[in-house]
Amino acid sequence: MIETRNLTKSYGSFRALHDLNLEVGEGSVFGFVGANGAGKSTTFSILATLLPPTSGDAFVGGYSVRTSPAEVRRLIGYMPDFFGVYDQLKTEEYLDFYAASYGISAGSRKTLIGQLLELVNLSEKRDAYVDSLSRGMKQRLCLARSLIHDPKVLILDEPASGLDPRARVEMREIMKRLKDMDKTILISSHILPELAEMCDEIGVIDRGRLLARQSVREIHSMMKGDRVIVVKLNGPAAAAAGFFEERPFVSALIRDDEAGEVAFSFSGSQQDQEELLAAAAASPLGIRSFSEEETDLEDVFLSLTKGGGA
Amino acid sequence: MKADLSNPVLMKEIKLRFRSPKSFVGILFYLASMSLFVIGFFYLMTQDGSSGGYLDPGQSYMLFTMLTYIQLVLVLFITPGLTAGSISSEREKQTLNMLLTTSQTSFQIIVGKLLSSIAFLVLMLVSSLPLYSIVFLYGGVSPKQLLLLMFYFLLTTVAIGSLGVMFSTLIRKTIISMIATYGSVLALLSVTGFLSIFFASLSQGSASPAAHLFAAINPAVLTASLLAADSGNLLREMTGLGWPIWIIYLLFYLAVTAAAVFVSVKSLRVNMARGK
Repeated sequence: MIETRNLTKSYGSFRALHDLNLEVGEGSVFGFVGANGAGKSTTFSILATLLPPTSGDAFVGGYSVRTSPAEVRRLIGYMPDFFGVYDQLKTEEYLDFYAASYGISAGSRKTLIGQLLELVNLSEKRDAYVDSLSRGMKQRLCLARSLIHDPKVLILDEPASGLDPRARVEMREIMKRLKDMDKTILISSHILPELAEMCDEIGVIDRGRLLARQSVREIHSMMKGDRVIVVKLNGPAAAAAGFFEERPFVSALIRDDEAGEVAFSFSGSQQDQEELLAAAAASPLGIRSFSEEETDLEDVFLSLTKGGGA
Repeated sequence: MKADLSNPVLMKEIKLRFRSPKSFVGILFYLASMSLFVIGFFYLMTQDGSSGGYLDPGQSYMLFTMLTYIQLVLVLFITPGLTAGSISSEREKQTLNMLLTTSQTSFQIIVGKLLSSIAFLVLMLVSSLPLYSIVFLYGGVSPKQLLLLMFYFLLTTVAIGSLGVMFSTLIRKTIISMIATYGSVLALLSVTGFLSIFFASLSQGSASPAAHLFAAINPAVLTASLLAADSGNLLREMTGLGWPIWIIYLLFYLAVTAAAVFVSVKSLRVNMARGK
């Protein structure tokens, strides 16, 4: 549904985007992670037909942003990272204006607006002036605006930026609903764990280059190379520590006698890990649980972009 | 055609403009000033007692002339203020990008912005018509003359409004766009007059098309020619040419409008194919 081919954007000698190649399938949610100035908003602006690429091309639903920008605009719902609202319009009037801007007939607008306000939990603010809404409500209203013409593709540039924790949770819930509606979503955020929760795939961009484009789990594996294994025991931790330390691929073992557990870094393959588990289970150590600890996505992000000014 | 009639930007702008108390205060202040002027004029002209409380046709025409020049000043100095921020203020308020990603054509957006600003000025002009009409009570002015002047004001408003929208599209900052638009108006008022006199003096009595053309596109000159028929003779004496200046004015300002709207439409959205 979304494709970029060697997409490059330069401002004089500064290259904001460098040969970006990306494919996002229909109905999938792709998260774009990167520090400020990494190239996320530049990519989104090009896809939204607001910025011409220097070279390469981008396609939405098979339409090139270069040659068919009007068709691309019909397919996308775009929410910029920074946006303003028309203060003297009421919430309903605000959405009505955009509905009219997409050529939606006056007769069907009222029902549509009601549905969208319900989706973004703003039904009770239908007659409120946009100016009186909180930041979070404005973000949700802008999201409703981007959905007004039922676009197949949503391009959401930091939709949770600047929101308080409660508003973030609300925004995340709406995203899940949109995912269920089979929208193809391209979303960027600095709130990395949130992206991990809602995205099928994540692309890490730094200084205009796509460093990684994989599922969250794959990025973890790729970057860490080794995983953190936590083993909880019924027996003494000291014996278990001795057992695991002698095994291949195990390093940096930590023993917690009080909690009765050991944790260590494991650099072997998935099969090596399964063999280790089988050996541990067959031993008289008294294994209560053997689990791979989830590392924070932020760790992955920082590892990938280290030195990138994140 | 249907899309033009239901222009969403036009509807939204009219709603926003007329919802603002500033618009009503502006019209109120304008009409109050005009009323005070008319009452003051009546007072001065009728205080000697010989008039019997009435204006003679000559005085009535003088009032009409003065009101016309007040309206001209209104058109020339309020239109830039209404239009020169039409696109740049959207950019400053960070609403433009969302507007540009809708299905509306650039032409729809530009025309919507232009017409909404003009609609407000037309309301001001129309609301002043009852004051204008007082002159009909005393004679000296024909309704045809008034209609002609209204058309002239409308044409001038559309042309200057188009320039305002064009500068607002081309220039990112509203304040700079305002300066550029007011500068253009001042140039049309003063530079054209200066150039006309300059070319007329160069020709030393022979026919000077340049002097005639520059005079013809000066709003003050056309106003004078609409108010006093013999001003055309003065121009003929000065430039040696008898071309009807209202035709030149009409063609010039229609061309200015078309060019400004064209440039605005072409520059509103980036050219995605350009690859710059």
